[in-house]
Parts: sequence; C-alpha cells; structure tokens
Amino acid sequence: MNTANPALFQASDLNRHNARVQRRYRLLFGLMTLLLITPVLLILGTLLAKGGSAISWEFLFSAPTDGMRTGGVFPALLGTIWLVTVALLLSVPIGIFAAIYLSEYAGDNWFTRIINLAIINLAGVPSIVHALFGLGAFVLFFKFGTSILAASLTLAVMTMPVVIVATRESLQAVPPAFREACWNMGATRWQTIRRVVLPNSITGILTGVILEVSRTAGETAPIMFTGAVFFTPFLPQSVFDQTMALSLHLFVTATQVPGIAEQVPFGVALVLIALVLTMNSVSIAFRMWLRGKKKW
Amino acid sequence: MATGTQALSNRATDARPAGDFDRRNADWYFDKLIAGVVFVCGISAILFVLGIFFFVTKEGIGFVFEKMDFREFLLTPYWSPSDAEDPEYGILALMAGTASVTGLAMLVAVPFSLGAAIYIAEFASGKTREALKVLVELLAAIPSVVWGFIGLVIMNPLLIKWFDIPVGLCVLNAGIILGLMAAPIMTSIAEDALKAVPDRYREAAEAMGATRWQVIYKVVLPAAKNGLLGGVLLGVGRGFGETMAVLMATGHAVNIPDSIFDSVRALTATIAAELGEAVVGGEHYQVLFTIGIFLFLVTFIINLSADLIVRGIRKG
Repeated sequence: MNTANPALFQASDLNRHNARVQRRYRLLFGLMTLLLITPVLLILGTLLAKGGSAISWEFLFSAPTDGMRTGGVFPALLGTIWLVTVALLLSVPIGIFAAIYLSEYAGDNWFTRIINLAIINLAGVPSIVHALFGLGAFVLFFKFGTSILAASLTLAVMTMPVVIVATRESLQAVPPAFREACWNMGATRWQTIRRVVLPNSITGILTGVILEVSRTAGETAPIMFTGAVFFTPFLPQSVFDQTMALSLHLFVTATQVPGIAEQVPFGVALVLIALVLTMNSVSIAFRMWLRGKKKW
Repeated sequence: MATGTQALSNRATDARPAGDFDRRNADWYFDKLIAGVVFVCGISAILFVLGIFFFVTKEGIGFVFEKMDFREFLLTPYWSPSDAEDPEYGILALMAGTASVTGLAMLVAVPFSLGAAIYIAEFASGKTREALKVLVELLAAIPSVVWGFIGLVIMNPLLIKWFDIPVGLCVLNAGIILGLMAAPIMTSIAEDALKAVPDRYREAAEAMGATRWQVIYKVVLPAAKNGLLGGVLLGVGRGFGETMAVLMATGHAVNIPDSIFDSVRALTATIAAELGEAVVGGEHYQVLFTIGIFLFLVTFIINLSADLIVRGIRKG
C-alpha cells in the first residue's frame, strides 16, 4: 500500500521536539497573560463586592454629611464633570489642530521629530510635576488662584497627547488619494481638510476625545494643589470656584477621614472606576464599529 | 506669517499678470490664516514642555542657587523639612524609596508584560486576541488613585496575613501595585512593537519550515528588540513618575529599605504629601520644586533615550 517512502511524511524526532517546545512556550506565555489579568479582575471583583452595597441614587446625588463619614458623592461627581468639561474645551481644539499640523502640514524632518518628542514627554512627565507646573503657572503666575480654571488647564496640558495621538492616527488613515482628488478640483488645503479629511476621520477623533475624558476624570495629583479641595460645602458656580473631585475624594475618604464607614471609600472607588471604564468601553466599541464600517 | 504672505504675493504678481490667474481670493487668505493657527497648535506641545520646565524651575531655582549643597541634597538620607531650627533636605532615602519600588515593579511587570505581548501578538488569534486586547486596554485605564486605594485596603491586609508582618504598606505592596499598573501599558507598547515587524519576515521563516516559536525567537524578537526595549523604558518612566499609588501603598516612611517589607517614601509622593503644608516661596516649598526639576530631568532623559532607541531600528 505504501509505495512512497513513509518516513517522508512522518514527523521526525526533531519535528516532534520542535512542536513540543512550541507548545510549551505557548502555554508559558498564555499562563503569563492569565497571571497578569486574573489578579486585577479579582481585585475589581472585590471592589464590586464591597462597594456595591454603598451605591444608591442617594449616594450619587447627595452631599457628604458628618465630616464626610456618611452621605454621598454628588459635589465630587459634579466637580469632576466641571473639571473634565473645562479641560476638554481647552485641550480638544488645540489637540485636534496639533494633530492636523502633524498629519497634514508637517514634513518628515527634525522639527517634526522634536514635536513628537515633546508630545511623548508631555505624556511621560510625572503627574506631580504637572501639578507643580499648574501651581507655578496658572495658580500663581497667571493669578487664577486655586480654581477649576487652573486645575482644568493643568489637566488639559497633561492629557492633550491622548487627543493628539488618536486624532493623528485617524487622520493618517484617510487615504492620500482622497486629498489629491480634492486638490485637483482647486480646493485649498484647509477646504480639503474641512470637507474631506475631517468628515472621513471624525469618528476616530471622537474615540480619542472619549479616551481623554476617561484619562482626565481619573487624574488626582495634578488637581490636588491647583483647584480641587478636600471638602467644600458649596457647589461650583463658575470656573473661578474651587471644587471637590471624585478622584481626590477617593484619596481623602481612604486616608484622611478617621472613623469612616468602610463602604464609603469603596463606593467612591466604584463610582470612579465605573465612570472611567464606561468611557473606555464606549471608545472601544466606537472603534470596532468604525472598523466594521470602513469603506476603503 | 505677514512677511511670508508678502513674499508669496510678490512672487505671484511677478510671475503672472494679475486678474484671472490670481488665486488670492478670500479662501486663499483664510487658508493661510488657518495654516498659521494650525502651526501654532502644532508646536504647542513644545511650548508646554518648555513651559513646564520654566515654571517648575522658576519656583525652585532660588533654593538651588542660594542654599543648596549638592552633596547634602543628593547624598544624605535625612529629610526633615519641617524642623524649625535646622531643616534637613537629603533626598537619598527618597531616591532609594523610588528606586526600590520601581525596580521591584519592573521585575514583576517586564517579564509578564513581554510574555503577554508575545502571546497576544503571536499566538492568540481571532476572538481570543480581540478580547485580550480590549481587556488589557481597560486595565490600563484604571486611575492611579484607585490602584493606591487597592494597595491600601486590599493588598495591605493580605500581605499582613501572608507574611506575618506588622504593616503591609511596604516596598513589596507598592511594587506589586505599580507592577500591575504598569504591566498593561507595557503590554500594549510591546505588542505594537511586535506588530510593527513586517509579516513577510514571519512568512519567510515559516516557509523555511520554522515552527511558530522558532519564528518568534529567531526572527520576530530580534527584529522588534529596540521597540521592546523602548517600551520597557517608557514603563520605567511611568513607574518612576507614579504619584498617587506609591503615596498610598508605600507606608510613607523616610527610610533606606533593607528588605522588601520595609516602608519607604518616594520622591513623587513627598511632593504630593508636603506641598499643601509648605509656605509659598518658602525654603521647603522651593525644595519640593527642586525635586520636581529633578523628576522632570530624569523622565526627560528616560523618554529621550526610549525615543532614540526606537528610532534606531527605523534608521537601520
């Protein structure tokens, strides 16, 4: 039956050895991935179990009482919304324009390289150094005082790389042929960007903006000395007011309030994580939907 | 801008008769205006980095020039800034704290995130791969203050129970927390570096009869080496500059650690904890800004070398 040399189609010892080695490494790296992810999921599960009981409408929509030992997180939640909104109003336009410059105008030269290096650095400088910068520049030098404006400006500078990088990527994903076709019709550079490039990348840009919301909402150190306070009985009325913030509130309830009921900080942590992860999930879902819909 | 427009319009009038061919209508001027705005925003990142350096230096430079003794500052472990008569500003113990925590975190995070990146980029496929990528991205999004909280209320009692130590806020706690925190970020950077290796390298190796592991070990890893190293460096920078998590999980005691169960204090955490009580413009305040200058310079060097290393492959 076997006219051909059967050995030719049989795995040699070397083949078998190689296959074994490959399986072993696959298992090893798979386990490493699992080991990386499992503890975090366990921790999140613990947070959910311990903090879940604290969450209620009342917790979300009432102010802290009894020296923050009881009551809700509403002022902190509202403060975070203020901070994030003002920060985004400042950083999103500048970030998008910066990405437009890098993608549509800048050449591949040393100057662009320096800009890229600056962006990496802006993202890599420790958050506490951003806090020092915010204090020195916005609070003291520009005399905004400790206010939402100063804190949001600090946050805007710090998180702008998120918008720049995401926007640049989605701008570069628009095929050059689209632009060339538009230029050939006699359109100016800006008309091309406005009518062709931006409409074709707007969803990608939104993904980056949502990601930045999540980053901004979670930051603590940069707002500690620039506009967020441990406790204030007043809700912010304008950008020149101080405010409480969710992230700082977690730090305060976890470390600075003796005799606090255990589930209060757990509840705060849960609200913060929920806010951040929801934003990220929306951003990811958006990106997947976009990928499925892409026409080119 | 103005001179540029002038020069361009001169050239246009020189070259052709005015009239039908003159492109300088409202749209043309608007285009130039936008180009200017876009350029200013484009260089904003440079301006901000310079601004950070300028303002942090401006507040801290007074101490550097007038009172600072470099040897005392860098080489003594005594940090007692609130001593009214003889305050001491030695950051050696704080540097030891930062270094021990970051070092331990990297020991945990580097092998695991490289392993995870290899698994996600090279072994996993289809739905598993997508799910893992999403999961890693979500883990990277957890705010640092939440990590600090986890170190404080979850890791702390666990370590006390497991190792029978009086206090669970120590190098080990902060190292694990920081490692878990940096790992997802390093995983995605490393995965990007692996993905940047062209598929034709893999195909060529597979055509020679190499197994998947041989392809990874002999072809993909050498090709992605610089990108991976750059990713690790960025991770080190992140760990080094992390503030809230180390503030809450280290125990915050000025101490050169003998073992991983000792409490320490990090440079970043010191600023976060003490800036609020320092008098604006006072010596203590200036010293904290001087630490800020130090942090800025170190992360700048780390980021610069990461960038140079990654660029190394692009050129070669």
